[in-house]
Amino acid sequence: MTNTHVDYQLSQLDQLEAESIHIFREVAAEFEKPVLMFSGGKDSIVMLRLAEKAFYPAKIPFQLLQIDTGLDFPEVLETRDNWVNRLGVRIVVASIDDAIANGVVIDDGKTSRNRMQTATLLDAIEENGFTALFGGGRRDEEKARAKERVYSHRDEFGQWDPKMQRPELWSLYNGRIHAGEHMRIFPISNWTELDVWDYIGREQIEIPNIYFSHQRRVFVRDGMLMSETPLNPTREGETVEERTVRFRTCGDITLTGCVESTASTIPEIIDEVSIAKLTERGATRGDDRFSEAAMEDRKKEGYF
Amino acid sequence: MSDSTQSAEPRATNMDLLRFATAGSVDDGKSTLIGRLLLDSKSIFEDQLEAVEASSVSKGYDYTDLALLTDGLRSEREQGITIDVAYRYFATPNRKFIIADTPGHVQYTRNMVTGASTADLGLVLVDARQGLTEQSRRHAVILSLLRVPHLVLAVNKMDLVDWSQEVYDKIHREFTQFATKLNIPDLAVIPISALAGDNVVNRSENMSWYSGPTLMHHLEHVHVASDRDLVDVRFPVQFVVRPKSDEHHDYRGYGGMVAGGVLKPGDEVVVLPSGMTSKIAGIDLFDQEITEAFPPMSVTVRLEDDVDVSRGDMIARVKNAPAPSQDIDAMVCWMTNSPLKPRQKLAIKHTTRTARALVKDIQYRLDVNSLHRDQDTKELGLNEIGRVQLRTTVPLLCDPYSKNRTTGSFILIDEATGITVGAGMINSSS
Ligand SMILES: Nc1nc2c(ncn2[C@@H]2O[C@H](COP(=O)(O)OP(=O)(O)O)[C@@H](O)[C@H]2O)c(=O)[nH]1
Repeated sequence: MTNTHVDYQLSQLDQLEAESIHIFREVAAEFEKPVLMFSGGKDSIVMLRLAEKAFYPAKIPFQLLQIDTGLDFPEVLETRDNWVNRLGVRIVVASIDDAIANGVVIDDGKTSRNRMQTATLLDAIEENGFTALFGGGRRDEEKARAKERVYSHRDEFGQWDPKMQRPELWSLYNGRIHAGEHMRIFPISNWTELDVWDYIGREQIEIPNIYFSHQRRVFVRDGMLMSETPLNPTREGETVEERTVRFRTCGDITLTGCVESTASTIPEIIDEVSIAKLTERGATRGDDRFSEAAMEDRKKEGYF
Repeated sequence: MSDSTQSAEPRATNMDLLRFATAGSVDDGKSTLIGRLLLDSKSIFEDQLEAVEASSVSKGYDYTDLALLTDGLRSEREQGITIDVAYRYFATPNRKFIIADTPGHVQYTRNMVTGASTADLGLVLVDARQGLTEQSRRHAVILSLLRVPHLVLAVNKMDLVDWSQEVYDKIHREFTQFATKLNIPDLAVIPISALAGDNVVNRSENMSWYSGPTLMHHLEHVHVASDRDLVDVRFPVQFVVRPKSDEHHDYRGYGGMVAGGVLKPGDEVVVLPSGMTSKIAGIDLFDQEITEAFPPMSVTVRLEDDVDVSRGDMIARVKNAPAPSQDIDAMVCWMTNSPLKPRQKLAIKHTTRTARALVKDIQYRLDVNSLHRDQDTKELGLNEIGRVQLRTTVPLLCDPYSKNRTTGSFILIDEATGITVGAGMINSSS
């Protein structure tokens, strides 16, 4: 047996973990069909770890859902498969290309992949009858998220109404929904980017290796370093060169930039994050840079 | 490329956590203060600061309006006020802080109640020029009703009263006098200037007469671990863990978050409401067996006997257990437009137990400004707080809120809309 804490004090990381486990169990107990939104990024991996702990030694009592944009980093998909195999969970993959082929989503050449992702997600929710979706959103990421509840209600159209949010008190979560509605659940709402890294370090869990420093052929676009890939052809005037980089988030390969970095271990990443000058979104997410209210707009439409 | 499962030396393994709620009337300087705390603790990123600098310039301000750092949703940005609880994060080397930033106006009492429900400490701001107002008294009343154990009164804008000790002393005196009517176990009154930064993180050179701690120093050192009840064992069963796998064929554990006391293997326990007794066979935290569990740990408890236990039950000690009760006397904060009235039926969620509740009586409405008990009103409107008697369909396993903030609290849910309409703090049950 391990001896716990003689002074009955829990470290902040242990408190965050306990709160997240509590949320996972609460949802599993009260919702008919929860599902965990798995992007393969570090936040969703931390969620998966917490879910593993919440139900151990039983298996995680719900499936994973991934939206396949067709633009994912291969390294991310590899890590995803390792996790899924180790935990023995089922994963539902909803692909944007299938949704386009089936006419669920219209690709008019003007709509961004991001918008189509939302439509594909909402369709997958409807088709599978999911009633609760775990997401890896954190309140420190962005101003609009700072006011979002742990249980965030979505109407039949998947929309979020920031003015109609339910009060959320103590650790008493209200999971009531009507038919056709669903709840987005954010079990790591109170974690910061540093907490996530501390936890990955402490738990020694596998994350995609693109988070660590490596050599990559990149080019500069809109002030960001983008990966060379056939999915994202270079435009006139853009030159590709090899640099030592790492990614701070794992999103759409055509929109997610990397940063020059030699951080190749978790302690080095933690050092780097502690003195970072830009938020992870501001630095490397093209999709969030369009306007200050960009995130809020996309959330209202049903994006995470 | 490097191995992706490197081990790391955690930064400060024993870094602890302080959750605090802020309250202040519009223009007292709450947003400026929070912006200052974030900025001086280096929790602001350059892109966030640049965005705020740019908006300040476009609004024609002479200085960077730190308040812009913390306002969130667009509708609020347009109106220029905070209208919902927003959560912020910052850390110093030994402590992480979660701020529940709540609006101060009376029409947002429910938001303040929400923010205070999870807070270890309440921070009330007053403008030194105005002194204590009805609003600041109300903020203190709400924090005390919610049993927030530590309170800081920050006397802001000291620069505008010539850093006057007299002004500070007067506010201090008045507040201490008022606080005797409330339940405030720990009070600190700190003179600051949020705008200039005096006594926020750095000690003021303008107020040598003040010998107490700076606000940040106080936040970093206030002792919160002992605020939890470590005596009375309360373990609401949340989830029954049954692997039904070959490897763990006979495993049956009860997942939950410890709400009170210290649980140890070998302890004799009682399961409520059935009253069956057993012993704790083991306590699991993931794949580890642990020797003790205490609040707020999420663990899985195994019992020696094969007693029938399900979600909504509570594990307590044989000689120290709450008495199951269907008659609840509580202070309720009402959170929706249509008023709470006697004979109304609602859903009630208390720990992991959900039932239905009938409003038997509304004894009085508490005037949160004057503490006057209005016994003539027979209903509670939006943002009003009153003493209510409820009868529940099944017994609740509860304690007075003054003893345990987890087993003493509940929420009320409108059964038709599914919306959370009330928050309750139990006085007693019978
Ligand atoms: N002189 C002075 N002005 C302050 C101080 N703190 C805040 N202010 C100003 O008071 C006004 C209201 O502040 P703000 O933070 O927006 O108040 P809130 O409504 O409580 O969030 C702004 O113009 C601030 O610059 C202070 O300590 N001294």
